[in-house]
Amino acid sequence: MSVTVKIPTQLRAATGGEAALEVEGNTVGEVLDAVFDAHNGLKDRITQDGDLRRFVNVYVSGEDIRFQQGLETSINDGDEVTILPAVAGG
Amino acid sequence: MAIDTERVQTIEEIEPFEAAEEINGGDVVLIDTREPHEYQEAHLENGKLVPPGLLADEIATAAPDKSARTILYCRSGNRSALAAAQLQQLGYENVASMSGGIIQWQEQGLPVVAAHGMTPEQRERYSRHTLLPEVGVDGQVKLLNSKVLLLGAGGLGAPTALYLAAAGVGTIGLVDDDVVDASNLQRQVIHNTERIGMPKTTSARIFIEGLNPDVNVVEHNGRLDASNILDVMKDYDIVVDGADNFPTRYLLNDASVRLKKPVVSASILGFDGQISTFVPFEGPCYRCLYPTPPPAELAPSCSANGVLGVMAGTMGTLQANEVIKLVLGKGEPLIGRLLLYEALGTRFTELKVRRDPECPICGENAEEIPESEMGQFPDYDAFCAGAGGDRQSIA
Repeated sequence: MSVTVKIPTQLRAATGGEAALEVEGNTVGEVLDAVFDAHNGLKDRITQDGDLRRFVNVYVSGEDIRFQQGLETSINDGDEVTILPAVAGG
Repeated sequence: MAIDTERVQTIEEIEPFEAAEEINGGDVVLIDTREPHEYQEAHLENGKLVPPGLLADEIATAAPDKSARTILYCRSGNRSALAAAQLQQLGYENVASMSGGIIQWQEQGLPVVAAHGMTPEQRERYSRHTLLPEVGVDGQVKLLNSKVLLLGAGGLGAPTALYLAAAGVGTIGLVDDDVVDASNLQRQVIHNTERIGMPKTTSARIFIEGLNPDVNVVEHNGRLDASNILDVMKDYDIVVDGADNFPTRYLLNDASVRLKKPVVSASILGFDGQISTFVPFEGPCYRCLYPTPPPAELAPSCSANGVLGVMAGTMGTLQANEVIKLVLGKGEPLIGRLLLYEALGTRFTELKVRRDPECPICGENAEEIPESEMGQFPDYDAFCAGAGGDRQSIA
């Protein structure tokens, strides 16, 4: 499955400034692995010991994977995956 | 406009007391041929507004039956006489104009539907609001009686304050312990060059008082912490979160759940903004969305990262929009929804936010925490050390 992954402002230093990536994967875990293959610096910022770090929210087409199957959440072709940490700027 | 006297002479004119008798008898179509601002100040009960310039376009909707008894009135009787003649030309068979208009109607002690609770100046100032059926006079009175607390008079607070003040929110509280800096002025539009160095709450108050004398501005020029936040918040109906740091955002969340006050929360960084509306126990709270903040190295501030000024304006005005809807009880607030705005792509994305049954503050088994623990989160001390220990400043 081909999906678009949206990278938040805070993490774009690790993607060379790219705000969106096109990758393949059948689950959120596979999609993130593909993102880490392309931009290794993201891995430690988003995950720890194979799990998502608790401050990172990941959405698949608008739904938070915390309330679905986490990294096992399946992906449909054309889904949009959004990686979103909290922002405090005001 | 010159009155076509020949035409006027051919129409039926009736006195207000005669009109009143007919109206009370029923089966009368009553048309108000004045302008909208006159109508909303006072009109006859069941009078349908059809302004003179729109008569040809709108009369068929207001008075579909050309054979029905149709009585027209205006302020003093001139415009309604002209309109009556026009209706006769359009084929209306039983038209009368009320002589002396609503002025004479009121002089004779007959009743009108008037805008209550607003002065003539307010009726003029808010006329574009009260014309909207979703606002109306009642809604505007609600706004005038509402009390909104803004956390931060900065990038988000400035545009929010601007539009809430213009909208006539009766009491605006401002919390900020900072002073106006030249680097603020690219986005914080309620401050200005002359007021550099002035406390932001004072600068904002000067701006708001210049814009709208109806607004009572309350300055909270200081820092919020667990010891004073409940006291500051308790008198307000709605809180707007434009804080620039996580400790304040978590503190505000915990206090708002305790006091059951809605929070319109937004944040900005770079070209991107987020906004949601948290209504305690009706939808999720901030901790349901973000159980814990990112570590300090992934939580850059606008002063370190930069922020597009106009994007702050977009997000702040969206916050003002949410506040106004909450006050009016109209529309669909962003409860359970997180709206992302990307200014570079001009794209909005909506994400679902669910109540977390495990939420330590508003979850099913959440117990009330002591005030000393409000606003804390895992690794709080480490976070605050990493963020330079500046746990309470708001801008």
